[in-house]
Amino acid sequence: MKFGVVRFPGTCDDVDAQLAAARVGDAELLWHADRDLQGVDAVVVPGGFSYGDYLRAGAIARFAPVMESVIEFAHEGGLVLGICNGFQILCEAGLLPGALLPNDHLKFVFRQVELEVVDPDTAFTKSSPARLSIPVKHMSGRYYAPTPVEVVLRYARGQNPNGSQNDIAGVINEGGNVFGLMPHPEHAVDPLTGSTDGLTIFESIAASVGALV
Amino acid sequence: MPTSAQPKYRELGLTDSEYELILEGLGREPGAVELAMLSLMWSEHCAYKHSKKLLRKLPTEGEHVLVGPGENAGAVDVGGGLAVAFKVESHNHPSAVEPFQGAATGVGGILRDIFAVGARPIAILDSLRFGEPSTSERSRYLLERAVAGIGHYGNSIGVPTVGGEIYFEPSYEQNCLINAMAVGLAPHERLTSSAAVGIGNVLVLLGALTGRDGIGGASVLASAELGDGDEAKRPSVQIGDPFTEKKLMECCLELLDRGLLASLQDLGAAGLTSAASEMASKGEVGIDIDVSNVPLREPDMEPFEIMVSESQERMLCVVTPELVGAVLAVCEKWETLATPIGQITDQPYFRILKRGKPVGELPVPLLVDDCPLYDLEPEAPTTPLYPGTTPQIELTATPQEILTALLSSSNIASRRVVFEQYDPVVQSRTVRRPEQADAAVLKLTDEIAIAISIDGNGRRVAVDPRAGAFEAVLECIANLACVGAEPLGLTNCLNFGNPEKPHVAWQLTEAVIGLAEACRTFDVPVIGGNVSLYNESPTGPILPTPVVGIVGKLPDPTAAGRLGFAQAGDAIALIGPFNPGPDGSELAKLQGAAPVGLLPFKEIQAILDAHDTVRSGVRSRALKNAHDIAEGGICVALAECCIAGEVGATVKLPQNLEPFGEDFGTGFIVSGARADLEGFTILGEVGGEQLKIEGLLEVAVAELTGAHSAGLGEALR
Repeated sequence: MKFGVVRFPGTCDDVDAQLAAARVGDAELLWHADRDLQGVDAVVVPGGFSYGDYLRAGAIARFAPVMESVIEFAHEGGLVLGICNGFQILCEAGLLPGALLPNDHLKFVFRQVELEVVDPDTAFTKSSPARLSIPVKHMSGRYYAPTPVEVVLRYARGQNPNGSQNDIAGVINEGGNVFGLMPHPEHAVDPLTGSTDGLTIFESIAASVGALV
Repeated sequence: MPTSAQPKYRELGLTDSEYELILEGLGREPGAVELAMLSLMWSEHCAYKHSKKLLRKLPTEGEHVLVGPGENAGAVDVGGGLAVAFKVESHNHPSAVEPFQGAATGVGGILRDIFAVGARPIAILDSLRFGEPSTSERSRYLLERAVAGIGHYGNSIGVPTVGGEIYFEPSYEQNCLINAMAVGLAPHERLTSSAAVGIGNVLVLLGALTGRDGIGGASVLASAELGDGDEAKRPSVQIGDPFTEKKLMECCLELLDRGLLASLQDLGAAGLTSAASEMASKGEVGIDIDVSNVPLREPDMEPFEIMVSESQERMLCVVTPELVGAVLAVCEKWETLATPIGQITDQPYFRILKRGKPVGELPVPLLVDDCPLYDLEPEAPTTPLYPGTTPQIELTATPQEILTALLSSSNIASRRVVFEQYDPVVQSRTVRRPEQADAAVLKLTDEIAIAISIDGNGRRVAVDPRAGAFEAVLECIANLACVGAEPLGLTNCLNFGNPEKPHVAWQLTEAVIGLAEACRTFDVPVIGGNVSLYNESPTGPILPTPVVGIVGKLPDPTAAGRLGFAQAGDAIALIGPFNPGPDGSELAKLQGAAPVGLLPFKEIQAILDAHDTVRSGVRSRALKNAHDIAEGGICVALAECCIAGEVGATVKLPQNLEPFGEDFGTGFIVSGARADLEGFTILGEVGGEQLKIEGLLEVAVAELTGAHSAGLGEALR
């Protein structure tokens, strides 16, 4: 299978996501100004500071040409993973409900956190264990939604790093094919540099794509 | 603020005799734009006029050196056809005036130095100094805003902040220190020089618009003491935009990868003036710049303003005429502004034109080489330069009280509240994050990894500048040994007071001698650095603070050492000629003592042997942990190993060893299987939930952890 990792101006974790995805399949970068998704089987919208987070995190990236194709891809049932800034962009693009507000302490936070997999039956978590240790790093990660949402990941008790509503760390759309999370699974794929729990997210996607094909 | 009663050149920081030299060299009075350019190029910040002679004492050659001092950053060979470029630089005065932007643009500036030589920045480390956070609101403000500024820039641009150090001392109260070190990676063939080449080649300005920000930063801020009315200097502080620099960085690296540039240089202090004249000087060519081609943020800027603006996120490159189109296309892809603004000439002049008409013409050597270099007039002080402080601990305190007081003291407490504001993992290279080991470890390929450490204890240098500077190098090398790395090269930032004062001149001279001795002794060449002088406030000079950054190499990242004790039952040993004394120690500071006295004698051969032993023990995995003993002495080092490993220990100290005395880079706490530690001084064993030191103290690790983790956070609350 082939992953496509979107690269906007200001994206920082694009190569990291590509390296992580390449552990379970092929992975290539998709340029923001291109509408062609190169026939990929799943799209990753990675972390970073697209367009400098100016105006509001993710607010400008959603208008990039590549996002038109990503939205279409999602509407056709394609698997889309949004990590951190990618989660923010997917919310801004209307592919996921809710919004990500500035952290309650108003500071950037990096921390290795424990996560509970609330829904192990999604296309993105079917290969994951019940608990994951994955780092977070963000300035605006406080999830908020006015109406109930499909929660996939929660910060474990006492580990909420940003004041997120109901400890929500990751949500999925109604169709079950668009998933956004604030923690960075691509930074938890190698025992040398941290845990390997994040790899299970990519493995789940690969397994799901395989099942679809 | 300067009044208009004095001549313009004095307002701009030139002395009468320097102005005489300019008149002599030029054969006429300089015009407005020329005077502005000369005053900056002849400032301490650009010309190093009080330090250049001294810096010649530092050894700069070694088998791994690819690029030595003189370029934007030096570089060392790490094998596999890869080079690592690195440099540390100060942004002290801007940060004392406006800490967020001052620190942010300090990071932005050092990153440009790295990609200017063709290396992709892969790590940032910071060395910070402030006044006491517990008693000074100003120091808390400076710390919080500087840390936020560093994070803002480094996090947004996608370069991990992997390490650093912070010290708090009253002498930094008004004049904080913000030193940023950046490390970059390049294939050998991408290493690039800033020397302008090729008569007729085009000079292309890349990046941000040029505005009125930062005008005169090098002379107004960086080359004079801080004093009252510094708020009025805020317009001299530059404003950073990491998003623009991220695009600029990717753009420059692609331009170099495609082989489109003849040379590349970043715009830092003194903006276009310094960048272009240094390029011309190194290439022994002339340069014409037409200021009417420079894209401006606001209309009607004077030529001198354009030439000295310190607007951030700009680079200058030299391109052969036929490649200009290809260069502009790559820049368009990265949404980076690129404008041809001038060309290389065969005349040894830097000419400034406005719509084709000359408004200034200066000989390049006059700008770059002719600034007079001054001899220092060092004089050893006969009375202590720095006062003692209010005691924070009773002389009758028990060892246990001392240990918890030290662990929660501002200089030893956990830096978690700070480093949690930085991204240490982006780029997926980080093998050891902050507080996991004594040095940061990054993998470059599956076979090649580097370790990085930055250090400099101003208190020790105040006690004895020569021995203290020597210790700073030693401490850094010891940190590398703890992860299994040997040093390849060194960068330094010399932060001192006003060198025209004899006692400061003495500190500076002695410290450079100490650095040079250490570099020769341990065979670590200096590949670049920075000098920051005039760090004074009305209450006097800062502690003399040479900051040392060293990059080393280790053969196997999977064997990189850790700080914490690994498992119960392991034996604990002391390695090295650890020779602690009370002077200049953290305990002495808590007791209110001034930084005076004697630093311990160093047995060089025994130290070299100890470093070798630790390094090879870590590499062979015989040592399960390794931690060098520094601030707070052996008891604090043991406590830190327990805290990081979340396990207790039972030990007995060697006889007559001062439990809280300090020595740097000479002693290591290690642990491992008893059989693997044969021949070392065994202190005891890992295990339990307490740190028990026979005859001295018994305290729960949870209590130590509480003191250590709460210390700085409480001060910042």
